Amino acid sequence: MANGNFETTIGLEVHVEMQTNSKLLSPSPVHYGDSPNANTNVIDWAYPGVLPVANKGALEYGMRVALALNAKISPFIRWDRKNYFYPDNPKSYQTTQSQTPLGTNGYLDVKLENGETKRVRIHELHVEEDAGKNTHGNDGNSYVDLNRQGTPLVEIVSEPDLHSPDEAYAYLEQLRQVILFTGVSEAKMQEGQMRADVNISIRPYGAKEYGTRVEMKNVNSFNYVRNALIYEEKRQAAALRAGEKLVQETRRYDEPTKSTISMRVKEVADDYRYFPEPDLSPIEISQDWIDEVAANLPKSAAQRRQYYVDDLEIEPYDAEVLTQTLAMADFYDQTVQAGADPKRAANYLIGDVNAYLNKTQLELQETKLTPANLAGMVKLIEDGTISTKQAKKVFEAIMDGEEPEAFAKKNGLVQISDTAILLPWVTEVLDANPQSIEDFKGGKDRAVGFLIGQLMKKSKGQANPGVLNQLLMQELKQR
Amino acid sequence: MTFNYFDHDLSDLHQKLLNHELTAQELTQATLDNIAASDGDVQAFLGTNGPEALQQAQELDEKGDFSNPLAGIPMGLKDNLSTKGLETSGASKILAGFKPVYDATVVQKLQAAGAISVGKLNMDEFAMGGSTENSAYQKTTNAWDHTKVPGGSSGGSATAVAAGQIPYALGSDTGGSIRQPAAFNGIVGLKPTYGRVSRFGLFAMASSLDQIGPLTRTVKDNALVLNAIAGFDKMDSTSVESEVPDFTARLGQGIKGMRIAVPKEYFEEGIDPKVAQQVKSAIEQLRELGATVDEVSLPHTRYGVAAYYIIMSSEASSNLQRYDGIRYGFRSPDAKSLEDVYVKTRSEGFGDEVKRRIMLGTFSLSAGAYDAFFKKAAQVRTLIVEDFNKVFNDYDLIVGPTAPTTAYGLGEEINDPKAMYLADALTIPVNLAGLPGLSINAGFVDGLPVGLQLIGKPFDEATIYQAAQAFEDATRWFEKRPAVAEKY
Amino acid sequence: MAETISRDDVAHVASLAKLAFDEAKLDQFTDQLTDILTLFETLSEVDTSAVEPTYSVTPNVNHLREDVADNWHQKQELLANSPEEAADLIKVPAIIKGEDD
Repeated sequence: MANGNFETTIGLEVHVEMQTNSKLLSPSPVHYGDSPNANTNVIDWAYPGVLPVANKGALEYGMRVALALNAKISPFIRWDRKNYFYPDNPKSYQTTQSQTPLGTNGYLDVKLENGETKRVRIHELHVEEDAGKNTHGNDGNSYVDLNRQGTPLVEIVSEPDLHSPDEAYAYLEQLRQVILFTGVSEAKMQEGQMRADVNISIRPYGAKEYGTRVEMKNVNSFNYVRNALIYEEKRQAAALRAGEKLVQETRRYDEPTKSTISMRVKEVADDYRYFPEPDLSPIEISQDWIDEVAANLPKSAAQRRQYYVDDLEIEPYDAEVLTQTLAMADFYDQTVQAGADPKRAANYLIGDVNAYLNKTQLELQETKLTPANLAGMVKLIEDGTISTKQAKKVFEAIMDGEEPEAFAKKNGLVQISDTAILLPWVTEVLDANPQSIEDFKGGKDRAVGFLIGQLMKKSKGQANPGVLNQLLMQELKQR
Repeated sequence: MTFNYFDHDLSDLHQKLLNHELTAQELTQATLDNIAASDGDVQAFLGTNGPEALQQAQELDEKGDFSNPLAGIPMGLKDNLSTKGLETSGASKILAGFKPVYDATVVQKLQAAGAISVGKLNMDEFAMGGSTENSAYQKTTNAWDHTKVPGGSSGGSATAVAAGQIPYALGSDTGGSIRQPAAFNGIVGLKPTYGRVSRFGLFAMASSLDQIGPLTRTVKDNALVLNAIAGFDKMDSTSVESEVPDFTARLGQGIKGMRIAVPKEYFEEGIDPKVAQQVKSAIEQLRELGATVDEVSLPHTRYGVAAYYIIMSSEASSNLQRYDGIRYGFRSPDAKSLEDVYVKTRSEGFGDEVKRRIMLGTFSLSAGAYDAFFKKAAQVRTLIVEDFNKVFNDYDLIVGPTAPTTAYGLGEEINDPKAMYLADALTIPVNLAGLPGLSINAGFVDGLPVGLQLIGKPFDEATIYQAAQAFEDATRWFEKRPAVAEKY
Repeated sequence: MAETISRDDVAHVASLAKLAFDEAKLDQFTDQLTDILTLFETLSEVDTSAVEPTYSVTPNVNHLREDVADNWHQKQELLANSPEEAADLIKVPAIIKGEDD
């Protein structure tokens, strides 16, 4: 066992910002990176007299996540208020779903490093609003930007089924991918779109009660989560071995030292005074509504991988790569739908397109490449219109948004496969090189290479090598 | 020009404006003059906006369109209704000088109708109180006797109308705050059905109980104003989409055959015998007008006050947490730390009654108290709703006193919060059940008005108005004028 | 029910509500709140064991807004009303680390 005689228990509460058009309770835009407070109105500022109206899109996004995590969607939901004072929390209460969460009793199958699959139960998930953002000046003041305030979040609460830092890491990775494929969020950690609150306790094997819990809030990298948990496992075990009593506290992960630092010891439990939100109407979710949301739910990464391997005959490794992001998988699906050979399309996306993205640091959707153009290029290669060598130039062009066939024609990249054009050239070259014909007949295959070289020169490299070869052999035999 | 609102109702004013016997500017100027003449005595207005009102009146006169029944007619707004650019404090120090950046939906609606707001009316701080003595700014007096309270929390709105300063005002009612001051001042005040009028822009006290409504001198005036402010608002998830009828349509149809219930509990403990007698003779009048009147029981009435004060204070404690000194309004100048900003701002900015209710509500919701207080109160609320439902299976209206007493003396009850809370016993159940309720003058006891309360089925304000109109036609108590009327 | 409220409870509730009272006020509030709680205790007479709570009387269900963004462009007016602002941000005394969210 990794930690001597102690069993580790980890619970994760993961918050994911959902990329709706508007906020959960006000029509202000949800948009990252705008000037401070640009996306705020009187509702976001909790002006006297304002009222919230809940966003249907946010609720449906939450339903998508619930479905993707195999949770039961509650038929009746009432919003609740969670009361606490904080500068980034203008109403001094957060609108959330405490008593009637959107989804309950879900699970996520997590592939562990040893190849085993572990089912992690999801206790519940609910939709709530995000807080604003505080920055701390070195002038003794803090500064509040409410742009993020009210962005819809889905909070996913796991059961304490995770027993090691690696399992927690694998769970988070898997959860991120599942969420990515619901299309509700890009779940970018560096932009805070996915954040984890981590609980960890240890207890001697066989103990009935859980150990004293330590909480770490808003950890925003999977590696930090793992490092923090590794440190906590050791720290807590050492303390217990030394006969110390652990205290329930909030700690913070410190990356430079890869350790955790105590922030606040909880003497009394927080008292958030939850109660039902009287300003919002309750919500009834019918099976029809769930079915409608399910119909719009994108296929999961696992479903897609299976389809790629079984139906499109793609290598399993390639299928993994293609399903790393929803954008890539969607792009691939659309390219195949547009008539591209699945294998060749996959090779281009995994190879050249990924290399391009790495070089330019762009997201696929930020480029000018379209599935239609990629499919167009693949088709030109497949039907022999262009050579794979010519395709390199066409690829550059389609990355700039050009239509492949038009580009190839305009730039003389089209292969000449027409025997009516090629035959006179063959006759001409053979007539000019009687020695080569003699050599060929004498069994010297080298002569063929020479003749082809002459012909390619004549065609300025545009002759389709396959067709040309066939034509040449046919003519040679007749001489 | 002088103008006396005791001589004219809204329909009359509307005709005069249509016929060009009167201009909006003349009427607005006369109104401002009236306020100047009497407000020293009644202290109803926290602030007037004469220049803006006159400007608006001029624009209306130039446009010449008085087709809307409220066009060109002045009015006043309780100071918890958000008015863009006009100081709105909720009569609290914590919002001293605060200028909202948006208009409440009711304000937008009245503006669209061409109504002219002449100012903001005094109230108990954040509508918490029944005497308007909890205003952080001034003490409004009763229109009939300036040593008495006007009632509350819409005391400014009620007194301004009763004293003839303006023909109508808007108030808000969470546990009786329109009906009780209307009763104390002898005018008509309606709390509409919960969801009938948008709350967007009403400074929230208790979200599940608050409702905006009109205070007027006559029943028809009241119906006309409700016509203008009722209706679904997409900004308020609790406003109801059902169609809004013309509330004047059934006025004058009489009450022959109407089935009226009188809860025996409304005449039990704490009611002044003279008030009870006056209300009973009013009910007798309804019988004479052709209604059938039966005594019924609303057995959970006596638990209403406790359930109400728990629910109201709980919601209010949460609603008032936004007053934290961070984004708008008052921030304590002594605040050095963030904790100071919260604690000093709120401790210096709120008055005692507001603090008391915040404390009660915070306690009722706190861990360990929630089930015994908040949840229990919500369960009792269900029983109160069911009491009403049972009676409304057989009756069209419930009738009783609005308040157990007439207006009491300034300063008499302010130091006894429990007694003050019990005084709301007859209006509170109506808010808990979300029903429409109206108070109309039912005569006088020792020179002070007594209110008759008419309670209707949800969204059936029309029946209330129909009965109230019949009563008004028969009694014409509204024709009696307070001494302050001599000022104009 | 028999819930009572002590002076310490009152002080605790005050801290939750971000209010501060001097000693005399704390005593006065304790007395008044105790008095009001005796009123609340009448509720314990009512058997509510089989009664669903009513949190709202709105008949509305599923009053939801379509997910359409609309910027009301109120930023300048809002910032102008804030007690202190700097560089389009709301300024507050330092949030001390550990006062966690």
